Amino acid sequence: MKPSPFAYAKAKSLDHAIELLARPDGEARLLAGGQSLIATLNLRLSAPKLLIDLNGIGGLAGIAVKNDMVEIGAMTRHAEAERSADIARHAPLIALALPHIGHAAIRNRGTLGGSIAFADPAAELPACLLALGGEIDIVGPTGKRTVQADDFFKGLFETALGPRDVLTAIRLPAAANDTRVGFAEFSRRHGDYAMVGLAACAQVDGKGLGDVRLAYFGVGNVPLRAKKAETRLTEGSIDDAVKALASDLDPSGDVQATGATKLHLAGVLLRRVATQLMEVRS
Amino acid sequence: MSEHRCDITLTVNGETVAETVDARKTLVDFLRDDLILTGSHVGCEHGVCGACTVRVDGDVVRGCLMLAAQCNGARVETIEGVSDGGEIADLQTAFEQRNALQCGFCTPGMLLTAQELLASGQVPSREKIREQISGNYCRCTGYHAIVDAIESVAQARAGHKP
Repeated sequence: MKPSPFAYAKAKSLDHAIELLARPDGEARLLAGGQSLIATLNLRLSAPKLLIDLNGIGGLAGIAVKNDMVEIGAMTRHAEAERSADIARHAPLIALALPHIGHAAIRNRGTLGGSIAFADPAAELPACLLALGGEIDIVGPTGKRTVQADDFFKGLFETALGPRDVLTAIRLPAAANDTRVGFAEFSRRHGDYAMVGLAACAQVDGKGLGDVRLAYFGVGNVPLRAKKAETRLTEGSIDDAVKALASDLDPSGDVQATGATKLHLAGVLLRRVATQLMEVRS
Repeated sequence: MSEHRCDITLTVNGETVAETVDARKTLVDFLRDDLILTGSHVGCEHGVCGACTVRVDGDVVRGCLMLAAQCNGARVETIEGVSDGGEIADLQTAFEQRNALQCGFCTPGMLLTAQELLASGQVPSREKIREQISGNYCRCTGYHAIVDAIESVAQARAGHKP
């Protein structure tokens, strides 16, 4: 189908974008990479009165490593992050996840900030940010603020972003020598949204793992930590961690799989990811 | 300023084009309906099938997931321009010789997507080729012949004997 009519404005600056978001004449939406938004417009699942294009604002894209944190500008394209030596070295979980996102042409346009702000419950990057304990920079009418990933994802497509807020960057701890990451997902075809996926991060602690963070996606309205399984994995038992998932997760069935199937697949993924976490880093 | 109609100036296949478009018009509809460049096809209109693939500023993109209004100042290349320029003549020949197309609906998108992978000059694995074209649906060939064609061109360009 074709989108309903809307007006288009290219924001000249962040302040301009926030000013445009205040327009009284109806719903306005921010346009970043557009790879989810324009699809929903074409399907008329969404019919905003105004699209505010962020693509002309300088300084919103780019990757920087400072103070042991990796900062990724909101308008950084997936493809740019995929090619980045800084991401490969300092954000290996993001590097593992990126090839699973859409397809080459989608990654050329799609942005990391857009993916986090859209917060599709089956998307890879929100779960990665949660697994890494990252944070999100937001600018709104009252100024700047930073929200932790644990507090950002509120509900189905609902985040800590207010109606006049713009997500400007994400920040995550740079991987240290003893950091281990793991990522796996089940999807019917390469590039599809996952039926179930798991992003994980841990620190090597002696012969075992410490500070394990398991973030599942595709099993609820938001990316979910499996905290009991995290504890069991820290104690060293993969079997017990898999058993604990039954109390951590309660996935609903959807068009792709029943809840019971998803829970089973979550266990399969945990075994795979636990193996990745325990691999000796070369 | 925000408008339902937008003035845009861009280059399409090397020629400067200035038009006024509906804000809601997608790039592929603009190319097909306003410029009569019908080599880019409209399939699913939500980014799944890859039939509308074009290049914007050198990168392949979904023509249905960009607005024409976003292309002010951009350099757009379609299958018409890329094939007329001879850049993918070997790929087109390989597709024909290996029966990598039947109805041809997916072919423009397949060619542009494959060319982006081959532009690196490497010889990609068959798995990598499959991953690259995973966002381009073909309902005729079963993909094997397309992978064969792309692989053979990669090898030929790298100087391997067929």
